[in-house]
Formats: sequence, structure tokens, C-alpha cells
Amino acid sequence: MDRFVWTSGLLELGETLVVQQRGVRLSDGEEKVKFDSGVLLLSTHRLIWRDQKNHECCIAIPLSQIVFIEEQAAGIGKSAKIVVHLHPASSNKEPGPFQSSKYSYIKLSFKEHGQIEFYRRLSEEMTQRRWETMPTGQTIQVNKDPRAGRIRAVGIVGIERKLEEKRKETDKNISEAFEDLSKLMEKAKEMVELSKSIANKIKEKQGDITEDETIRFKSYLLSMGIANPVTRETYGSGTHYHMQLAKQLAGILQTPLEERGGIMSLTEVYCLVNRARGLELLSPEDLVNACKMLESLKLPLRLRIFDSGVMVIELQSHNEEEMVASALETVSEKGSLTADEFAKLVGMSVLLAKERLLLAEKMGHLCRDDSVEGLRFYPNLFMTQS
Amino acid sequence: MHRRGVGAGAVAKKKLAEAKYKERGTVLAEDQLAQMSKQLDMFKTNLEEFASKHKQEIRKNPAFRVQFQDMCATIGVDPLASGKGFWSEMLGVGDFYYELGVQIIEVCLALKHRNGGLITLEELHQQVLKGRGKFAQDVSQDDLLRAIKKLKVLGNGFGIIPVGGTYLIQSVPAELNMDHTVVLQLAEKKGYVTVSEIRSSLKWETERAKQVLEHLLKEGMAWLDTQAAGEPQYWLPALFTELYSQEITPEEAKEALP
Repeated sequence: MDRFVWTSGLLELGETLVVQQRGVRLSDGEEKVKFDSGVLLLSTHRLIWRDQKNHECCIAIPLSQIVFIEEQAAGIGKSAKIVVHLHPASSNKEPGPFQSSKYSYIKLSFKEHGQIEFYRRLSEEMTQRRWETMPTGQTIQVNKDPRAGRIRAVGIVGIERKLEEKRKETDKNISEAFEDLSKLMEKAKEMVELSKSIANKIKEKQGDITEDETIRFKSYLLSMGIANPVTRETYGSGTHYHMQLAKQLAGILQTPLEERGGIMSLTEVYCLVNRARGLELLSPEDLVNACKMLESLKLPLRLRIFDSGVMVIELQSHNEEEMVASALETVSEKGSLTADEFAKLVGMSVLLAKERLLLAEKMGHLCRDDSVEGLRFYPNLFMTQS
Repeated sequence: MHRRGVGAGAVAKKKLAEAKYKERGTVLAEDQLAQMSKQLDMFKTNLEEFASKHKQEIRKNPAFRVQFQDMCATIGVDPLASGKGFWSEMLGVGDFYYELGVQIIEVCLALKHRNGGLITLEELHQQVLKGRGKFAQDVSQDDLLRAIKKLKVLGNGFGIIPVGGTYLIQSVPAELNMDHTVVLQLAEKKGYVTVSEIRSSLKWETERAKQVLEHLLKEGMAWLDTQAAGEPQYWLPALFTELYSQEITPEEAKEALP
């Protein structure tokens, strides 16, 4: 702790703030010191700590003093920490809170979390060493004691004030936001209770509810993100939204499917559709629920689920079983193929290539050779040459 | 006199309802549904107000997002269930996580041939951040985990495996049972594991250890080093820290989704 110097906490010209974190305690090696609760700021040049209760109390250490840093994971009753190992203090160092220390390292305790992000940023700064390339302006402190009046240069005043305001504003915003959030959640909770009650009554048939009303109920659940208490699915299948979505998908996916041999995995579809939308994206569940309706709506696409759980969208005209016949030809030509090799040859994704080969195997056309070198498929000679 | 059917029917229905619910204050499902409709409108207004004041907070502040998600989970609400949900529409939380989902899928696909479909949360985080660029919103590891949990429903085998204080993310539909995950956890310490280590730490027989290791080899999640001193070592490329600093090559990017 004797490497620290008193500072005003003002950033110098050319020095930029990288990240800050509240609720940080400093320790001198293994010993606790009075710097119990403060805001830790990382700039391109220094590590600054300011006491949360007494803003005048502010100390800093140049990043160039740091030898290396380590993470210490949180434990029971203990916050996560960063251990900072330091070079010895230089003899012409400015005054700081400690004249001497028997430790050559300090610990930063993150009582309000933020350690992972801070560590990442600090590591980056240590790698980039921006303090070497970014010259800072003259330090604006002529008077070294921060408690006596501060001598400020023009321009720095504005920066400091903005930082301070931003900090206060952020603090205020967050506590207000949390308060408002709690109130909102109370109301949401009432909705959840009400929906459970309704679902129970539907089950016990207390009051006749029409099919239309059932659909309405499901759409209410969808809006609130409440799991359908009856089916446990968070969409309430068969809402109008999903029906519309299914029809849209049929339009959007026709060409891409044709370009990809009539079949696409659901993850491919998810990415394709959302990249195209840009805004108002679909949730994975929205996509699945819409796809589940494709067949019943008699659209030209369908959802298919393989034994492995892999889900794909196929053109109705696509016949995977027919594709298996051509796959068999390809494998026979080459003698044997792995999913990777087959995928490259045919120009499809490895995932779908594997599914096709597995299907061919299931239909008895291919045999597998499963070894540590991978899964390889051969034509099933037991069938053809008996 | 012939009374009109409507009147008689309504009276009959009312009598039936009253007969069914002798207790005072019992409410019918239809009545509650009407009540819910009204409350829903009110809630929507409250949410709009909240959004107008604090939408930025959610976008910018990962810690606030965690708080928000936890509170939703506590009351039994999933704000990410649908893009059509109020939460998603008004707070924009949906778009944030669904887009993250796309980015996660792309990174996993691009690196799959290297690591067999297993990647540490740290590496995934780094690669996603790189892909998002300097000016994008900050994304925390918690955000990634939540996005991944939603991706599971797409059937592509997304899974989260806890290992040694962090997580391995699985992105291929390979079956990994308890035996496999326990060996992965053992391997996490050094990046590799041997049959002897499995035998001594987990007290398994050689055959069981070998089966698990061979499965991992087959899936491309482990690589075999037969030249190691002593016995063969099974390395997990997902845990190679050197890979962290490597960029995704153009070929790898092409192999990812169009």
C-alpha cells in the first residue's frame, strides 16, 4: 500500500476512464486497511480508488507499477478478489497514505461483484500499456494536498464535473430503476396468480369457456410470458400470432430451402430469419411453435424431428428418403465416407449430412464403422450381396 | 302468454350457475378472463411507463439485467419466451438476447471443427465480443448463458456443462451423459486427462474410463497425445488457452452460416 499516492481523482489530459466499480475494498497484502468501501476506477494510466463516504479521500497508483495480476475466486462469505503485485515504490514518489509496507502486493475485494469485467479490462490495459504511448498533460495539481483547495486548469473542470454528475446520475437512476422494477414485478405477480386461477377453473370446468376465449387466454399468457399452467409451454400453442408467423415463414423460406437442397436445420432458419428481420426478432420458442403449425396449416414446408432431436424444416416436395438413395450412390462411389467428407462433397452442413447418413443406416442401406478415428459409413453389403 | 326464448334461456343459465356455485363470492372463469383482460391493459401501461424511464438501464447495465431476469423468474414470468411478449416489445430485452443467440450460434459453428462442439464460456464470450465490435452494447457471461438456455429449444444440442468454476458450452447434438461430464470436469484443471487419473480420482475401472474417453475422441471433443511421457493424454481443445487469441479464419467463417 505504500505505492499509492494522494490524488484529486481528476483525470489528466490524455488519460481516459476505462471502467469503474463500486463497493471495492483495498487490502495491504493480507492486512485490512481503512480503505473499506470505495469506487475503483481504471484509467489508461492509473488505478484510482475513491472513498464512497468521503469523496475527498482519493488515492491512485500508476499502472506502470503493476508487475502482474491474479484472480482469486469468491468463497463462502468472501468476495472475489484481484491480487495486484507491484514494483517497489520509487524514491521520489509523491506522498501517499502509507510510508511503508511489508507487502509487495495489494488485494482488491469486489464486495458488489464486477470482478470479472474489471479483471478483463485491467488485463487489457496491462497488455496495451497505453500509458506509454499516450502522453498526459501536466498534472494540474500544484498543491499536493488534495484537502486544501484544488487548483484547476480550464477544461479539466468540465471533465471532472461531468464525471461526478454522471456518477451521481447513474447511482440515482439505478436505485430509482430498482424501485420501479419492484413495483412492476408486484403487478406482474398478480397477473400470474390470476392466470393460475383461471387455468384451474378451466380444468375443473367452473364456467363454460368458449374456444375463442381459450385462444384469448393463451394470447394473454403469451404477452406476459407466463407458462401455460395446463401444458407447461410458454406459448399456449395455436395463438393467432404463431399462425401468422407460420405463413410468413413459408414465404420467406421457400427460396433459401430450394437453394440448400430442400432442407435446413432449425438453427440455420433461426439465424437466417432474424438476420433478415434486423428488429423485432423471433424468440427460439416463437420459431418452434410457428413451425409446429406448418403442417396443419397445409403450408408447403414442414417441421421434421430426427431421432437425435435435431429439428429441420423441409420443403413438402423434399423427400429425405429419396435423398438417401443418392447418398448411397455417393458413398458407394467413394467406398466409404464420414459425415464431414460427405458434407464437403455434397455441399451441405455437417449436421444434416450426418442425419442423412444415419437415416440411410436406419433404412439398412449403410453400415457404420465406429472407431476412435470417427464414424465412417460403408454401403451395407450384407443387404446387397447375400 | 308465450315468453321469448331469450329471457327463459338466460334465467335458466343463471339458475344453473347459481346451483353450481353455492358458495358466495365464487367467480366464474369467464369473469376472471374479463378481469384479466382489463388488468393486462393496465399492466401494459405500467410497463410502457417503466420502459420510457428505464429502458436504457436494461440495455446498458448487465447487473440490472441480471436483477430483472431473477425477479421475473421468481414470480414465474419468462420475458424471453416470445418476441411478441410485452417485455420483449417494450423493453427490447427480446431483441438483445435473440440477436445474441444468433451470434453464439455463428461462433460455435465456426469453431466446431477445432473443438468438436465444446467451448468454454470465456472463449465464447471473447469471440462474441470481438464479433460485436467496439460500439456494441456490453454483453456479460450471464447474458450469454441466458441466451444459450433459450437456444436449447431449437434442437441443436445446446447444453451448458459446469466445470471447475466456469462452464463448457456444448453446441452439437452429441450425447454427453454424467460420466462424460464428470471426466470433462476432471480434465478442466490441466486441459487434459489420463486413464490413470480417472481411475484414481473417480475410482472407475479402466474399461469405463476408456469408453468415456473414446466417445469424446469420436465426437472430436478430445485429441489423443500418444507421445506424452508415461501414458497417453487426452486433451480437450476447448480448453486450449492459446486458441483464445486466434482469430476465426475466413474459411472458418465461411463454414458458418451464410
